[in-house]
Amino acid sequence: MAAAAAAAARGCERVWRRAWWRGAADAFPAPARAVACNARGGAAPAGESGLASWVPVVGLEIHVQISSNSKLFSGSQVQFAAPPNSLVSFFDASLPGTLPVLNRRCVEAAVMTGLALNCSINKKSLFDRKHYFYADLPAGYQITQQRVPIAVNGSLSYSLCIDNKMSQMVTKTVRIKQIQLEQDSGKSLHDDARSQTLVDLNRAGVGLMEVVTEPDMCCGEEAAAAVRELQLILQTLGSSQAIMAEGQLRVDANVSVHHPGEPYGVRTEVKNINSVRFLAKAVDYEIQRQIEELENGGTILNETRSFDSKLGCTVPMRDKEGKQDYRFMPEPNLPPLILYDAKSLPVNMNHQQVVNIDWIRERLPDLPSVKRAKLVELYGILPEHSFTLLNEDGLAEYFENVIKQTQMKPKKVIGWILNDLLSYLKQHALTVKDSPVSSFLLADLLNLLERREISSSAAKQVLEELWKGEGKTPLKIVKEKKLELIQDQKELEQICQSVIDRQEDEVMAIKVGNQKVLNKLIGLVQRATRGRSNPVLVKQILEKKLSE
Amino acid sequence: MLDHLEHLALVDFRNVEGVERLQKAIQFADQLHEVDTEGVEPMDSVLEDRCLYLREDDVTEGNCTKELLKNAREKIEEYFVAPPGNIPLPKLEERETFLQRS
Repeated sequence: MAAAAAAAARGCERVWRRAWWRGAADAFPAPARAVACNARGGAAPAGESGLASWVPVVGLEIHVQISSNSKLFSGSQVQFAAPPNSLVSFFDASLPGTLPVLNRRCVEAAVMTGLALNCSINKKSLFDRKHYFYADLPAGYQITQQRVPIAVNGSLSYSLCIDNKMSQMVTKTVRIKQIQLEQDSGKSLHDDARSQTLVDLNRAGVGLMEVVTEPDMCCGEEAAAAVRELQLILQTLGSSQAIMAEGQLRVDANVSVHHPGEPYGVRTEVKNINSVRFLAKAVDYEIQRQIEELENGGTILNETRSFDSKLGCTVPMRDKEGKQDYRFMPEPNLPPLILYDAKSLPVNMNHQQVVNIDWIRERLPDLPSVKRAKLVELYGILPEHSFTLLNEDGLAEYFENVIKQTQMKPKKVIGWILNDLLSYLKQHALTVKDSPVSSFLLADLLNLLERREISSSAAKQVLEELWKGEGKTPLKIVKEKKLELIQDQKELEQICQSVIDRQEDEVMAIKVGNQKVLNKLIGLVQRATRGRSNPVLVKQILEKKLSE
Repeated sequence: MLDHLEHLALVDFRNVEGVERLQKAIQFADQLHEVDTEGVEPMDSVLEDRCLYLREDDVTEGNCTKELLKNAREKIEEYFVAPPGNIPLPKLEERETFLQRS
């Protein structure tokens, strides 16, 4: 009960209604389109009275691979895509007589992440064994932190666009239950044809941070936005590169639905989600599936389901039989992990053995939310612009580099960055790093524009040329294509006059008082000059001539 | 309970002796209940007062594929070969175990 009230209080007003109009083209949450969860959909349209409404509840378990040279408890290398079983030590293969030795860097990464997510860092945390049998877990157990994890009770703030419009953003928060350090398992390649599994232990023992959220989210879009923000935070901290495609960030979603005011429903766990986009789809599909099942009188099983990205649906996972008994027990080979802060710093200890929480806190970089606020304050751009800048790797840096090298105001520059540069990059599937137009070249071009040597449409033509990456400077292209603004007043007046002479109807309309038609004339002059005329000047000349 | 244990530990209490030994083991462990542990924190490691040693993040191991694979019964191109997924223990009715006959 309290939970549902809490969900309402957090502003999740989206209410999932019965799909009786499912046939309609605009049927509610088709999994392919994530609709803003906080749409002001409180009032039911006429004729819908008496329908049950549902409150979806979504929580996430996010496994983050720590960015480190070596593994959590052994000295073998951490690397993606290496020859099978080449990055495996005797400990990773669970050969008898080997013991775990904790990697300091992994501890620091977990502390950094905990601090960035506003968690309380447990100065004493413990390691446990979680037992289950699987071919890629050679020891038969995973070392994790079940009883007392390294960080607890934090929060993650993220933003959503209302109604799919970038212009209105709302901030939401999801509580972080805990962050724990644990080992990754190896990789299993299933060969169903030959009824066997090939096991590669390169990944076995790599350090993971498991970030567990409270079930504060209510739809796929919220889950996706939260994970995206977490990704940015991790990348900013450097504690993980968080590339989902390389398995460095893996998300499992826990989904259930219930009627407002009633207790939580049975939840299912959804696995095999390989991108942020699929996360939204998977969650929305599962919510819809559960609602339909319950409305048809069925029940929801507490099971694990796998997301099939090709079909866009979730299916029961075959290997998970019933409830697992993990037989948690303390890891006897590892004493408690003790962390220190400025006050509790031990005097006589080797400082290499000391992890100082305050020292780490002082060195935290600006988190994305802080960076965005600074961009908005410093350059006067809109909040949604700052989101786009940070969302694209390297774009914020590019933007600031252009600003440094141009006299054009940031508010104008941002348009060129987001509308022109970014769309080119997207069209050609390029990253900012691989842009054929460097910040230097773009700044050069914008300076020509700012100094009124070329018009805005001419600048766009130059940018198109620059995009070919032939190494020409903007000035060279302008000269080659003769795109300079016509500076000769007489020449401009002549062209304006000829346009006036040709467009008798429009001239009459203007003289009668229809000023809007003037824009058409300006456009015609622009065309006649192939974009080489200054629109402000042209307007002045035309107005002068027409008033004579 | 026996069925649950057999599932978890993949042990087969195949005959009377096996089950008796299990019973004796549990009785032996039950002696722990005679100790009054009121107000005493459970100890989970004799190392609890030791310092957990922190290792520097250097690559010092690995690259011993050949040695590791020496122990494998089956291997294909440097991968370990395992059966397809977990083969669950057959249901009680289908197993040849002490429980069947009891």
